[in-house]
Amino acid sequence: MDHPPAQPTSPQSASTQAATAHVEVHHHTPPQGFIWKYVFSLDHKVIGKQYYFLSLIAVFTGMVLSWLMRVHLAWPTFAIPLLDKLSPNGAPGGVITPEYYLSLMTLHGTIMVFFVLTTAPQAGFGNYILPIQIGAEDMAFPRLNMLSFWVTFVAFCILVSSLFVKDGPPISGWTAYAPLSALGTAGGPGLGLGQELWAFSIATFCIGSLLGALNFIATTLDLRARGMSLMRMPLTVWAWLVTAVLSLLSFAVLLTACVLLILDHVGGTSFFIPGGLVVSDQLQPHSGGSPLLWQHLFWFFGHPEVYIAILPGLGVIANILACTARKPFLGYKVFAYCVMGIGFLSFLVWGHHMFLSGMSPYSALTFSVPTLIITMPAAIVSLLMVCTLYGAKIRFTSFGLFAIGFISVFITGGMSGFFLAQPSIDTQLHASYFVVGHFHMVMGVAAIFGMFAGTYFWFPKMFGRMMNETLGKVHFWLTFIGVYCIFMPMHYIGLAANIRRYSAFVDDYLIPMIPVHKFITVAALLTGAAQLIFLYNLLWSMFRGARAPANPWGATQLEWSVPSPPPFDNFGGKHPVVYHDAYEYGVQGSTGDYVMQDSPEKIVSS
Amino acid sequence: MGKAFAALLAIITLASVYFFAARTWWMPVDISAHGPGVDHQIIETMLLTGVLFLLSQLALAGFVWKFGGPGEGRRISTFPGGAKVVVFAVFVVVGIEILTLSFFGSKVWAGMFFAPAAPNSLHIDVQAEQFAFFFRYAGPDGQFGGIHPELINDGNGNYFGLDPANDVAARDDIVVGSLTIPVNKPILLTLHTKDMIHSFFVPELRIQQDIVPGLEIPIHFTAVQTGKHEIVCTQLCGLGHYNMKAYIEVLPQDKYDEWLKSQSQ
Amino acid sequence: MKTRYFLALALLVAVSSALVVLAAPPAGNGSITGKVTYTGTPPKMKPIDMSKEPTCAKQHATPVMTENLVTGPGNALQDVVVYISAGAPETSASSQTLRYDQKGCQYLPHVLAMEANQPLEIYNDDQTSHNIHPLAKVNPEWNKSQPPGTPPIQAKYEKPERIPVKCNIHPWMHGYFVVLNTSHYSVTGNDGGFSLKDLPAGKYTVTAWQEQSEPQTQDVTLGAGESKSISFTFKVLPY
Repeated sequence: MDHPPAQPTSPQSASTQAATAHVEVHHHTPPQGFIWKYVFSLDHKVIGKQYYFLSLIAVFTGMVLSWLMRVHLAWPTFAIPLLDKLSPNGAPGGVITPEYYLSLMTLHGTIMVFFVLTTAPQAGFGNYILPIQIGAEDMAFPRLNMLSFWVTFVAFCILVSSLFVKDGPPISGWTAYAPLSALGTAGGPGLGLGQELWAFSIATFCIGSLLGALNFIATTLDLRARGMSLMRMPLTVWAWLVTAVLSLLSFAVLLTACVLLILDHVGGTSFFIPGGLVVSDQLQPHSGGSPLLWQHLFWFFGHPEVYIAILPGLGVIANILACTARKPFLGYKVFAYCVMGIGFLSFLVWGHHMFLSGMSPYSALTFSVPTLIITMPAAIVSLLMVCTLYGAKIRFTSFGLFAIGFISVFITGGMSGFFLAQPSIDTQLHASYFVVGHFHMVMGVAAIFGMFAGTYFWFPKMFGRMMNETLGKVHFWLTFIGVYCIFMPMHYIGLAANIRRYSAFVDDYLIPMIPVHKFITVAALLTGAAQLIFLYNLLWSMFRGARAPANPWGATQLEWSVPSPPPFDNFGGKHPVVYHDAYEYGVQGSTGDYVMQDSPEKIVSS
Repeated sequence: MGKAFAALLAIITLASVYFFAARTWWMPVDISAHGPGVDHQIIETMLLTGVLFLLSQLALAGFVWKFGGPGEGRRISTFPGGAKVVVFAVFVVVGIEILTLSFFGSKVWAGMFFAPAAPNSLHIDVQAEQFAFFFRYAGPDGQFGGIHPELINDGNGNYFGLDPANDVAARDDIVVGSLTIPVNKPILLTLHTKDMIHSFFVPELRIQQDIVPGLEIPIHFTAVQTGKHEIVCTQLCGLGHYNMKAYIEVLPQDKYDEWLKSQSQ
Repeated sequence: MKTRYFLALALLVAVSSALVVLAAPPAGNGSITGKVTYTGTPPKMKPIDMSKEPTCAKQHATPVMTENLVTGPGNALQDVVVYISAGAPETSASSQTLRYDQKGCQYLPHVLAMEANQPLEIYNDDQTSHNIHPLAKVNPEWNKSQPPGTPPIQAKYEKPERIPVKCNIHPWMHGYFVVLNTSHYSVTGNDGGFSLKDLPAGKYTVTAWQEQSEPQTQDVTLGAGESKSISFTFKVLPY
């Protein structure tokens, strides 16, 4: 673990510095004017914040949609005030119609998966923190970076516009299975223009993500400071790097799928529609296509996508845990290899979403094997996180609480994966609330905890101010208890065969489960209200929080070596040199029980 | 704060496990011949994951309890054996678990989907559509009439698109809105859909299968108990998805024969 | 002398009054009535299995039958729309609101005839949601969900068209909106009878339409106050 420290550098002339730099970087001068500073900024820090705030708007939009859904499920005839103004057709008299429920569900899933989970952890925090953590001035391609944000923003606007279309927003779920999503208005309300806008929005999002992925990979491989070897990078950078590779490979496939879907709508093609379909009493003018083709294309993207959603969170939490525990992360190299292993395996498992889809049952077994194998690196990283806490000196700050909470919810979410990975069990649990509980636990809770922890941790650096610790802790306790109350019951009723994506529970065997849904709804509304504490804390602290020092948490990574917030070029014209691993905690350092990565001091094991 | 957190973790863990162990909400009764295999697999998985869940969450709670706080005078220490122990433990424990589950699970799966239906199966045709299931029996002539999508007319009750005017085999086909089958007899269902992807699921029969336009998908099972249950659609098929179901009734053989006879009149 | 004057004047008045009476448009009290029947073997109506919707199924002691060709005694044909397709005097659309019910998971009536631009109210009397979908091709096509307890749907069709109506949630529910540009129409009941009243003298074309067949027409000329009886016969096949 100890490396012989490099000699402290003596001041060098600018030309020598340039000659010894890894790569020629295009130095940009500080921008002038509001538009170039805050709107079309090329600064990765501004762009990171733009992504972060886009995600914040998206997550609250997605949450409101989920409240509407949950209220309808618990009290189907309840007239929701003002909803009939937003959609007279969707909610006549404020009562949500079956198709409007499905629209709310489709937008909820799409917004949360794409504009929250694929955006904030990677493009939000990654953009802001990664260049500083590796000692770079900015991303490798600042203009591409700016473009990727605005493309993503346009995608969000297109998606939201589908709410205001006359025929309604799409109703086919975030998974948009064909032929429901491909037949156009013949299939029912929301499937014409609404579905087309969905496909355009997602295709646009794909382009933004591809641009971002290129940037992350190039930056991480080429712009690391001197001494920042791959194995000295904070685990966050490993996670962002692997996530970017996953994005690059999988979003290209989704983009293709969306283009084909749009063509089926407007180009008279039949990629996903077989012949002989009778919808609304009419024989449909399509033939030759395959609904399973959409599923293969979608899930080839869709499975890596869920790892894109969680890997940054894993990296962030591992990074934060070391700081919280005041000791090095256990098994740094193992963690890095596991993240790479999970990334690789994620491309081999997509068929586990399709066990019962009508594809060959032999394929089902073939997909089941790597799906079970992927539990192993996931179990290893979970246990590494648990065991990092062994022999620690845990500080229970807000970010610390969320980091430890992450471990708990990630383990819970992972456990239900063992069931769903087996086709023989999937025959009973497929399309049930067991699945809904599983993916919400890993994505809707664990990944979000990653973002909460990241926010509490990096807020001082990003905004130069401190958040309120008491409010942070209250937010944590209410949220942690709340999410278990919402999502654990879903596993139980899922086992009892409560089917998902139903806008109402009218079947005989489902009626007895309605009280559980009422409980879940109340828990969801209360937990949702608790998020307002976070929002208030965030917005208030941005303007009124106490001024933040450079390193309020005693953390070791490079971003804590620069002021809060950092100057526009991160290091004030200096080129940092890295001497140590990323997690030198629990040692006698000159500044405390830690030694920063760029500190030339030798490490004395305490 | 640490001790409170540890206690909360432990309480949540134990409460979560409790509701599984107590079977407060549980799978409905199994009435199928292959069902015990599925149930056994679920219970095995639940036991194995339950143990792992308890151990890991309680270890987390334990470490939070013991190692929370600045611990004046205490030195940090590494987990005994370090990362190697973790990796080894996962490879061994999780590795054995997934090998076992795969081995037995694939046998269950093969029994349901690799093996063909028994030769003496009662063959029933199923048509799924927005938003109902319809079932077709071959009638006294033992032959199914051909399916012609262009003749489908829901208003006239011609859900399958039969052509009785020209197709003699179609004239005596029995089309009904609920599935009636005899107990202890192998049943072969051929699943069709005329519009979207639907899915056929009877929780009590432990069988579920997506129904895909353009494909004819066979499933087979034997019901070993009489009773009335629901078939529900589990694949989002449009606005009426929540209201897409049919009843399945398993009758003793003689009652089934009576029912079948009454349908042919 | 004066008496003769008076008599002549009275005669003149009487004759001119008579002429006026005779020359004025005659009162419309003519009518065309009749019966619609079938020849051949009609298809058997099938019982509708509503078991997937128990709240509706339990409203029917015996299963409801399909209604694509409903027959009555004496080979009568029900639900045939008989109307004046040419020659009818111009009238503005009736403002009386027509009512269409979704009850027991059936459309009542199975065939609703209406004038273009006549207001229509669609009610959901059931405990389940319905989604009514009139499959119009000439008029705008729309569909609307109606959860139980929500207000009736207001609708209106501007152009004449025979519009099949289906429920997007309950596949067996089928009906028809027949939008006409005349107020002279009649839908046959179980006795197959129809009656087109208040017709002034003139030449008329009467059309009869049954949902399974091509429409038939007949020309009828009516004198003032005349009633004529005509009949339509549709050939039916068992399948």
